[in-house]
Amino acid sequence: MEVTSIKNGIVFDHIKAGQAMKLYEILNLDKLKCQVAIIKNAQSKRMGKKDVLKINDSIDIDLDVIGYFDPEITVNVIRDGILEKRARLELPKTVTNVIKCKNPRCITSVEQNLPHIFKLTNAENKIYRCIYCESKAK
Amino acid sequence: MKNLIDIRDMSVEEIDQLIHTAIDIIENKEKYSKKCKGKTLATLFFEPSTRTRLSFEAAMFELGGNVLGFHDAGTSSTAKGESVSDTIRTVCCYSDIIAMRHPKEGAPLVASQKASVPIINAGDGGHNHPTQTLTDLLTIKMEKNSFNNMTVGFCGDLKFGRTVHSLINALMRYENLHFVLISPQELRIPEYLRSEMEANKNITFEEVSDLNDAISKLDILYMTRVQRERFFNEADYIRLKDSYNLTKKTLLNAKEDLKILHPLPRVNEISAEVDDDPRACYFKQTLYGKYIRMALIMKLLKIE
Repeated sequence: MEVTSIKNGIVFDHIKAGQAMKLYEILNLDKLKCQVAIIKNAQSKRMGKKDVLKINDSIDIDLDVIGYFDPEITVNVIRDGILEKRARLELPKTVTNVIKCKNPRCITSVEQNLPHIFKLTNAENKIYRCIYCESKAK
Repeated sequence: MKNLIDIRDMSVEEIDQLIHTAIDIIENKEKYSKKCKGKTLATLFFEPSTRTRLSFEAAMFELGGNVLGFHDAGTSSTAKGESVSDTIRTVCCYSDIIAMRHPKEGAPLVASQKASVPIINAGDGGHNHPTQTLTDLLTIKMEKNSFNNMTVGFCGDLKFGRTVHSLINALMRYENLHFVLISPQELRIPEYLRSEMEANKNITFEEVSDLNDAISKLDILYMTRVQRERFFNEADYIRLKDSYNLTKKTLLNAKEDLKILHPLPRVNEISAEVDDDPRACYFKQTLYGKYIRMALIMKLLKIE
């Protein structure tokens, strides 16, 4: 199967096999008008199998969201057919409006326009906690 | 330090300094009687309170300052659906410092993000209650003269007891402490706090359910009531509310220099017969609460 190279856009590489659709949904890529290619179960020397997402347009991407989803994903920015930037991700220190606090006793359950902010409290076990009530992200 | 939202906002040195000031206030009350002249404290109590609100107000009056506020959310614009952010922006126009109690966890943090004056968390749901912790620490200092090398028992509602959570957080920074966490299975400490205790090198802890078995080893016993207002299910509250009852008989096996603390109000967890025991410190603790709040108000207003 062949998916042609893109001229201007973004390629998300090294997505764990089977996770590309989930990332597609989290990034709301269904709202894009441009071409988007989802490649599932591609061969990978490093991972055995991997997924790849290609977006045929230059768009703003929140790297923190992708870092929270999976910091092993590689983000390649392509401009004029050339690799302009390759970003290796890490777990973000905080994420805003990516996770919703589920604690009904938390102020986020009633206060209008209050962003749901979680901070990384344990990088080893990837534990994020609500900055308001300290509930663990689920 | 601009606000006091969580006891962890304060370093050990800052707490020591605050306790030092509180002890100086106890010994030299007149010296502090006009320190806050012309300053106004707003007490915003979206939840009921006796001791915390009155001790804040008494503290400000004894510093020569003024007090305004409300003690029933039903009489404020909250009843009309006003947000915490809007209420705080409004009250900042009329006051120099705000003490706030709210049923939702994290509400004082939201207030501090919007306020132009210092915010003091006077209790946020079952989460934190840092000024009670300062009160507890001053009590321990006055009664034990140390924060190190002790076995501290926490008994009762350790799940919703915010004073327990804040005091554990504060004591974890001192050395060689052993915590005995005494509660029914359903009211054990929250998972986030257990994780922090497991990662802490200064303390060890055990979780048990029988107060009688534990009492002989304790230097401090911190009793708490089962927090009726935190239960979604009244049947669960009724089943658990009388889990513990400290009596003279229970104290037969306790150390002679045990100190019994309770943030109050109590329901049935300490019998009135214990009140006259020299080991009971909970009414003195209430008085210490006023002095430590005087010291805190001065610190946040940057008054020497």
